[in-house]
Parts: sequence; C-alpha cells; structure tokens
Amino acid sequence: MDTYQKVTATVKRLIEAFLLVMAVVVFNFFLIQMAPGDPVEVIVGEMGGASEELIAQMRAQYGLDRPVLEQLGVYVGKVLTGDLGYSYYFNTPVTQLLLQRLPATVLLVMSALVVAVVVGTLAGTFSARKPDGMGSHVVTVLSLVGYSAPVFWIGMMLLILFASIWPIFPVSGMYSMRRPDGIGYYLDILHHLVLPAVTLATIYIAFYSRLARTSMIEVLGQDYIRTARAKGLPEGKVVWKHGLRNGLIPIVTMVGLQFGQLFAGAVLVEAVFNWPGLGRLAYDSILRRDYTTLLGILLFSAILVMIANALTDIAYRWIDPRMRKVKA
Amino acid sequence: MKQWKSFLAATCMAAVTAGSAWADGSVVIGSVGVPRHFNAAIQSGIFTFMPASSIFASPLRYSESWEPEPYLAESWETSDDGLTVTLHLKDGVKFHDGEPLTSEDVKFSIETIKANHPFKTMLAPVASVDTPDPLTVVIHLEHPHPALLLAMSPTLMPIIPEHIYGPDHGEIQQNPANLAPIGAGPFKFVEYKQGEYYKLAKNEDFFIEGKPYLDEIYVQMFPDPKSMLLALERGDVDMVPFLASPRDLKRLSGNDDLVVESDLGAAIGPINWIAYNTKKPPLDDVRVRQAINYAIDRNFIANVLLQGQAPVAPGPIVPGSPLANANVEGYDLDLDKANALLDEAGLAPGADGIRFTITGDTTAANEEMGRIVLEYMKTQLKKVGIGLELRLAPDFPTWAGRISSYDFDLTMDQVFNWGDPVIGVNRTYMTSNIRPNVIWSNTQQYSNPKVDELLEAAATEVDPAKRKALYDEFQEIVVDDSPIYFLNVIPYSTVYNKDLVGVPDGIWGAVAPMDDLRWKE
Repeated sequence: MDTYQKVTATVKRLIEAFLLVMAVVVFNFFLIQMAPGDPVEVIVGEMGGASEELIAQMRAQYGLDRPVLEQLGVYVGKVLTGDLGYSYYFNTPVTQLLLQRLPATVLLVMSALVVAVVVGTLAGTFSARKPDGMGSHVVTVLSLVGYSAPVFWIGMMLLILFASIWPIFPVSGMYSMRRPDGIGYYLDILHHLVLPAVTLATIYIAFYSRLARTSMIEVLGQDYIRTARAKGLPEGKVVWKHGLRNGLIPIVTMVGLQFGQLFAGAVLVEAVFNWPGLGRLAYDSILRRDYTTLLGILLFSAILVMIANALTDIAYRWIDPRMRKVKA
Repeated sequence: MKQWKSFLAATCMAAVTAGSAWADGSVVIGSVGVPRHFNAAIQSGIFTFMPASSIFASPLRYSESWEPEPYLAESWETSDDGLTVTLHLKDGVKFHDGEPLTSEDVKFSIETIKANHPFKTMLAPVASVDTPDPLTVVIHLEHPHPALLLAMSPTLMPIIPEHIYGPDHGEIQQNPANLAPIGAGPFKFVEYKQGEYYKLAKNEDFFIEGKPYLDEIYVQMFPDPKSMLLALERGDVDMVPFLASPRDLKRLSGNDDLVVESDLGAAIGPINWIAYNTKKPPLDDVRVRQAINYAIDRNFIANVLLQGQAPVAPGPIVPGSPLANANVEGYDLDLDKANALLDEAGLAPGADGIRFTITGDTTAANEEMGRIVLEYMKTQLKKVGIGLELRLAPDFPTWAGRISSYDFDLTMDQVFNWGDPVIGVNRTYMTSNIRPNVIWSNTQQYSNPKVDELLEAAATEVDPAKRKALYDEFQEIVVDDSPIYFLNVIPYSTVYNKDLVGVPDGIWGAVAPMDDLRWKE
C-alpha cells in the first residue's frame, strides 16, 4: 500500500510538472508575440532593405503568415515530439544552438556557485564568531552592497578596473581568438572566467554569508560546542571543524534549490562579458525577435527548474513519512 | 605575499604579450554584427558582405577611382546598344573544394542573385545568360543597364558553385552550405560559432599568384561596442571595421598604436538624414519642410554634435560618388526665412507661441546621430514656433514598424547608396516604390513625376556624361522638394593596429576582399 501511494504521488507530481511546462510554453509564446515587430523585420533591417515579395516569402517560409493560434499549435506539436524548431536568425536548429551554448553557461554558473558558497560561508562563519564585532559588521555591509548593486554595474566596474586601468584580465569572450594549445588552452579559459564568475558570485555571496552567519550563530550556541571548548580544543578547530560541519547543512540545501535561479542571473553577466552561453543567446534572441530560440531557452530553463523542484519534492516524499499523509 | 606578487606579475606579463602584434600571419577583426549566414548571393548587409567578399570571388573588382578591374573576368565588353555584356573568365580557377569554376557557375550565380537577392533592382534587367564555352559568359539585358558593372563587385556578385548551391541541393535558403560556404575567393571558410566568432584560412590555390598574405582571419563578435573598443585598444583585436561613432573615432584617433581610416567605402554610401512623412499635415506642405530645414544648422550638427568626424551630405548621393552633384543648393541656417515660410503656409503661432507640434522618431540605440540631433532640433524648432516631441523606439523592429506603416511625422534614418543610384538611391524617391510595411522603401510617400522620369531615364542611359546630367537634375529637385533633409555621411571607418598594411580602403571599404591585408615585415 505504501509503495502504491509513493508511486501515485510521483506520477501525479510528474503530470503536474508536465502541465506546468506546457503552461510556460503557451504563456511565453503569447508574451513574445506581444512585442512589436517580428524576426523577418529584423532580418530585413540587417539586410539593408528588401522587397515585399521577399518579405512575404520569408514570412511564409517561417510560418509567420499563419494565424497566431495555428502557429502555437504547430509549435506545441513540435515541442511534444522533442523538436524545438529552427532559429530564424541563426539558420540552425534550436536544439543544436542550445547544446552549443550550454557548456559555457554551466561552467560560468558552477564556478560562480562555488565561489559564492566558499566565500559566503567563510565570511558568514567569520562574522558568526563575534556577531557584534567590527568584522561582522563589515561583512554585513559589504554583502548587502554586493546584493543590492545591479550585477551588470558590478561587471562593468570590474571590467574598467581589471581589464582597462589595470589590464590583467581579458575584456570579453571565453577564450583568445589565437588560442594556445594543450594546457595553455585551459589556462586561457580560466583567465577569461575570473571576472564573469566573480561578478555573478557577488550577488550570491551576500546570500550565503547571511545564511552561514545565522546557521553558525545557532550551531555555536549548542551544547556540543560547549563540550568541545571545555575539552580545551583551540577555538579555530571548534568553529571551523566541529561547528561548520553542522552549520553547512542549510547551505547545502539552499544550493540545490537555487540552482535554477543562477541561470537567470547569468543572462546579464554573459551579456556584459560577451560570454558565449545561453544567457547571451537569450539576449541576442530577444533583440532579434528570434521567437523559436527564445522559446527554446525559456522552455529549457523552465524544465531545469521543474526537474530540480520535482526531484526535491519526490525525495521529500520518500524520505519523510509525514509528507505522505498530507492530502493533496 | 611574495608568491601573490609574482602571480600578479606573471598575469600582467601574459596580458602584455597577448597584446603585441602577431607575426604568425593571423588577424583578429572585431565586429558588432552577427551574420545570419555567408551566402551573399541571397543575403545582403555589411556583416554578411564582409566575410563573403573574401570567401567568394566575383567577375570584377573596383579601383579607388571607381574603375572596373579584372578579377575572375580577364576582360569584358559591352555591346554598342548596351544590351549585351560579355565576360571572359580566367582559366584554371578552382573553388575551395577543388572543382573548376566555369561559366555555368557564373550563370547560376547571376540567376540565383536575380531571383533571391534583396536588392531587386540590381539585376532586374537581366533577360538571360548564355555560356557558349566554359570561359565565356554572355549576359543579355532587356534594356541598357549601366549599373551592371558595379553590381559585379565582390560585395554584390559572389560567384557560388552550382554543384554546392544548385537545385539538386533543395531550397537555397535552407542550404547548409550557406553556413559553411565554398567559394573561389582568397580565403576559405573554416568554422562558425554563431554569435561568437568565425574563422577563415588562406586559400593556397587562389588564382592571384602570391595572395593572400594572411594565414588566418578571425572575426570575433561583440554585443557591446564599448568592450570591443577596449579589446582593440588592448591589442586583443587588431582591426575594427564599420566604426561610425564620432565620439569613439575622435578618441581612437588620439591613440598612437592605432590608425583610423575614415576615407573609404563611398560605394556603401551611408547617409544620415531626417525623413519627412510628406502625406501628413502639416508636413505635406513643402514650405513647412523647408522651414524646418532652414531652422536647423547642419554644419553645427557635423562640426559640433558629430565633432567634425562626419562630413555634411549635400544631397541624396554621397559626395564620394562620381554621380554626386556638388552644386546642390543647401539650406543655410535662417530663422527669419523659416518663420516667413511658416507664416506663408498659414500656420500662425497660438497664444503660447507654438504653431504646431510634431513627433521626431529614432531608436534608443541611435544616440549620436539620432537622439542628440533630435534634442538639438527641438531647441531650434522652438525658436520658430514648432514643438518637437521625441519618440525613442526601444529597438529596431518597433521603429521600423512605425515608419513603414507611416505612423510618424519625421524620423532620423540611415540609408545606404550601395554604389549605383539604381541599387540604393531610387528606392527612396520613386512613386512606384511606395510600399506599405516595407522599411527603406519610399516611406516618405514622396511622389514627383519629374523625379520618376529622371530616375527611369538615368537607369538606362549608357552615356556617362548624359547619365550624370540626369542625376544632377534629380538631386536638385529632391533637395528642393525636401522629402528628406540630408545631414551627414556616416563616417564608417576602419580602425586598425598600426603594424597592419593592405587594409581594404577602396570604394567598398571593409566589404571587399582582404587578399592584400598583412603585417608589416
């Protein structure tokens, strides 16, 4: 009986997730249609003008001359068979474009996440040791500034500082055009990664340092910490080894939940640093009214968030018996 | 601490070495535009033209003095009646895949361009193409078409191989070789990462002995022009074509490591202008349009707002063209005359001193030659009792939608001549080209039978002197009728590392083959 319940709950959850994804598709489709102009106008603009016949021919070729509802039907039909369509602007299947751009975004987002978690946790733990000390206040203020400043502004400031005034990092892109071979190739990517990853990390550092601070203040007040101190262990060991191990738990949970949001933050950072990922592709597609590419990216990120949430939910149901008794 | 310092020193060193000129024969070009693909037979626009003119070869190329020169065609002749043009191709020319280039490929290319190229008027009079032997092409025309020779430039007539792009390979718009082109030009296509970069490599079998010089050309795309220029100043990028911002040009010309080449690309012929909706009152009255012209000082715009970087454009044909009329009467700043014309038009000022209020359009991205000019116009027009409200479109499609549906009073616009008036000038003024929802058609809805007649006559006039006279008269009438007020030539410039030589600087600017480009010895 228990297994049956688990299975039905899982199936139900999956159906919900599927319907939600479809709702996202339909909503986004109409949202994009509301923007003035269509991809053909952009293409004509970049061509320096075109005749009516050519414009009509392109609209017909892309199916843009048909009623909006019909276009939606065709699109949803294609999506259901796993086909994300063809990019009007880039002349390439959308799936291929997404896969081409995915690795760059994953690299950027994962690096930023690692930087944010490590720096945030260290800063938070540091300030939790003396919550009212000078250091703690400095950390709080800095992290609030980092959190409130627009991410593109931080990016531009870093560019001016570290790519122009003191040019130790590259301005843009993921690698040098005349790229070195072997190990140099990876070092080159790493060199390009520093500024965008730090920029994207700043907004999350604040978040993780606040979380770590709260969590550590709580942990450091517990009995076993007092025991550790009573044993005569040095304070560093008490905090960083005994305390942090437990204090990390909420942070780890948060990393899982936040994964989807990180992709959203990547759009602006990628645009500023010319990072060839999905975010820049989204930015380019909006400017060019490349409906199919943009829909593909939105669908992709929606699915990503949905999978993360569904997994969390399903995991909770399996782990925690109380969740199963709640009637949906 | 010491380690940290030495790490920084090492990174600085790396940055510095990366910035020095590369002797290995590669050049990195920065570009803000993303080509949709590289097949310039069916796609126009400078960002496709630039790579395509190096990948594909064409029958002719042009000298700085607008004279045709042999390229794929060793020689050519036009019949006395102007109805037949014969090309004699070079022997032994091969496409990048090793297949020979024959007259059949030229015929196929001309037919493909005629059927698909956005510049319809370019090859419209071509009736048929004969290929008596593999090296001879005979083009038959419905009527004389003097623009044809210029249309055989690398920019406009890429010779594409029939065995790759032919009907056996399906619809040409979807041909995968559009993104992996095969031509007979100085550079072979290597790879393209959409929106990131593309790479070209030397064509070892190029039909001109000893060329090209470079081994590799990279074109890196930047969504943000500011970071592109930063990369240029640091030496990450060696050359940036199509740079038109007066502010940037002025700043970069102070950099000793860079050369700013502004005097090029007259065949592209880009003009920045104010277009009037000549069907919308009160702008349907020519006196009102002229009054606005008189209220604006375009020398002030060119010398102060555009910092002396952009020359004044006196009329519809750029000053660099041999067909430009240097003597057209301008509108020198004259507020009294402007007021008099407005009074004459019966537009008396109201109690607030305002005669009427109109809207001025541009896109938000067009700052230096758009918004700032309109802001200046606003203060000037107020002096003669005209209210001007700015309407900034958030992006290009929004603006294009408004203008092409005639939902505007006056707008800033940038339109290109494309070498011959038949290709890029006629479209703006001919009555037959008033086409709703087509941007850069005659969106002014301007109609003057005399202008139509002159342009039609000039299109088929074979005698260069007579042709010039027809265009001279056309230019005077259009400046007088003022459907457009011509402001300035857009100073499309190529900025490059001072160690580069052979930068394309002819009439086609950077949309010409880069076979001469190389590093100084």
